[in-house]
Amino acid sequence: MIEINKLSKKYNGAEYFSVKNLDLKVEEGEIYGLLGPNGAGKTTLISMLTSLLKPTSGAFTINGLNFKDHKNQLKQLIGIVPQEYALYPTLTAFENLEYFGSMYGIKGEILKESINSHLEIMGLSKFANKKTDTFSGGMKRRVNLIAGILHQPKVLFLDEPTVGVDVQSKNVIIDHLKLLNKQGTTIVYTSHHLNEAEFFCTHVAIIDRGEIIVKGVPSELIKNQPEAKNLEEVFLAKTGKALRDHA
Amino acid sequence: MLLLVRDLGGIAILFIMPLLLLIVITLVQDSTFKTISDIKIPVLLVDNDKGEVSKNIIENLSESNSFEILQKSSEEEAKEAVFSGKYQLAIVIPENLSASLQKKVDQNVEGILSKFGLEEDTLAVAKETIPQKEVRLYFDPATQVSFKSSVKNGIDKMISKIETQSIYKAFQTELGEDDAEPIFETENFIAFKEILPTKNNEEIIPNSAQHNVPAWTLFAIFFIIVPLSINLLKEKNQGTFVRLRTTPVSYATVLGGKTIVYLAVCLVQFTLMLLVGIFLFPAIGLPGVDVSGKLPMLYLVAFFSGLAAIGLGLLIGTVAKTQEQAAPFGATSVVILAALGGVWVPVFVMPKFMQFVSKISPMNWGLEAFYDVFLRNVGFVKILPEISLLLLFFLTTIVIAIIYNRRKNAV
Repeated sequence: MIEINKLSKKYNGAEYFSVKNLDLKVEEGEIYGLLGPNGAGKTTLISMLTSLLKPTSGAFTINGLNFKDHKNQLKQLIGIVPQEYALYPTLTAFENLEYFGSMYGIKGEILKESINSHLEIMGLSKFANKKTDTFSGGMKRRVNLIAGILHQPKVLFLDEPTVGVDVQSKNVIIDHLKLLNKQGTTIVYTSHHLNEAEFFCTHVAIIDRGEIIVKGVPSELIKNQPEAKNLEEVFLAKTGKALRDHA
Repeated sequence: MLLLVRDLGGIAILFIMPLLLLIVITLVQDSTFKTISDIKIPVLLVDNDKGEVSKNIIENLSESNSFEILQKSSEEEAKEAVFSGKYQLAIVIPENLSASLQKKVDQNVEGILSKFGLEEDTLAVAKETIPQKEVRLYFDPATQVSFKSSVKNGIDKMISKIETQSIYKAFQTELGEDDAEPIFETENFIAFKEILPTKNNEEIIPNSAQHNVPAWTLFAIFFIIVPLSINLLKEKNQGTFVRLRTTPVSYATVLGGKTIVYLAVCLVQFTLMLLVGIFLFPAIGLPGVDVSGKLPMLYLVAFFSGLAAIGLGLLIGTVAKTQEQAAPFGATSVVILAALGGVWVPVFVMPKFMQFVSKISPMNWGLEAFYDVFLRNVGFVKILPEISLLLLFFLTTIVIAIIYNRRKNAV
């Protein structure tokens, strides 16, 4: 589904590569977690895979297509849920979703039904006509997610979809993502919640300083790491305990 | 469109502030367009002469209806009042001006007559030297040069007329004619008449509204640059632009959508300004705007001016990284373009180089097209070059914005 070959990104003026010679393969139907400390290169990788950033070198394909030759086809194929609430604060939840849905060519009743159905699943039906600037963080996250999946993408990229939300919202989001995955959507997501990733992801890759340290099925990674009882312990063993602050 | 409608405060400011600007500027400038002004400028006058000439000067100034004469007894007092900014102007008529002028004129007339052998005893009398007299003018240092020039010209003309009349009078006296039956016509022989453009055999008399409505409407239309560029920056900041970039919709389509919405705003704004000019101005004592038979052409100019403004707004919004960059840059760009375009100072009074620069200001193209329709009463073909330039400006800015965005976000 996704094939990444020697993908690198070095920002202008930066000393180090944010992503360095990264190889990765994500198969159809997988939920792939990209885990790593702050500044590891997770968001940069997702940004390149969603056409938001130009790679310095290397290449990747999604479903055998690349952005250079099949830009619009690929954009229709993928969905993105960015880390920020990418919503118009003065529009209602429904208006936001209607606008973003129409950008994928979905119109009329089909769009309306799709929006209402997603709002229902996410527990937001009664807030459909409220402006999103009155929403809590958890509610905004859920609307943010719906905006990325209205066009039923084959591959869904999520950048920290559960950051800063309460347990209830997190559960609703994760459950909905699981449902989408069951319906055939391949999911690539980044998270700091290692506990969540351990139980949600079919595969994970731990990234540090732009490179993949280890990748595989979570249970196998735990098994292969001596004395590790969970993914967090594997993570700390592989990335160390030193702080990663940088500016 | 919804985003604009939801921001009622913003939309009110967008529409009301230009209307206020138009009303205030027209009220302020109205008197300069009136032939007989209701407003009289107070002028201090120190009459040290108290003779025929000073009487004439005072009469002429009073008759001009532009000045209110306030007599002062001392030059020092008048000077202080003007230099401290209390008054704009003081006129000091020197002592013995009438007597000296009369003497000088008599001397000259006698000299001329003696050349013709009409004066018998002139050669025997020694020619007395009469010192030159000067009427002193004091201006408030803050007075504008244009005001000073027009006052100086007016007074110069008035004094010349008084001198001429004195010469005629002296000739009449020397020739022994009765003063009550003038033999010379003292009125100007050469007169001038301003020929105004006509429409249906009626003269189109320019007034402050006809000048201000197009100029400040254009200014308001171009101010759309500020909210438009901020709107694009907001999209970048709140993340919605990132989401739009991941959709199959092209940047040109996004810009196209914004162009349609903001063009509608420009045209609504234009309509409101016309309505103010047509209905509100006469109600508050200002001359109204005559748009009869001109509406389609006026909307055409507004449409293309709006496009040019939107193009620039979209380009600034695309290139700027922050709202702090876009807002001041957008606002100052509008002010610069207005200055260059002749909104404040007519292009013909600018230095040669600035006149050339003004030709590349889209606001100048728009203003000229508006004046063509409003004041010169021309047809569509005449405004074609100007609206073509406005369209070309829009296309150029949009193409630059798209290329810039493509290069910046190429994958």
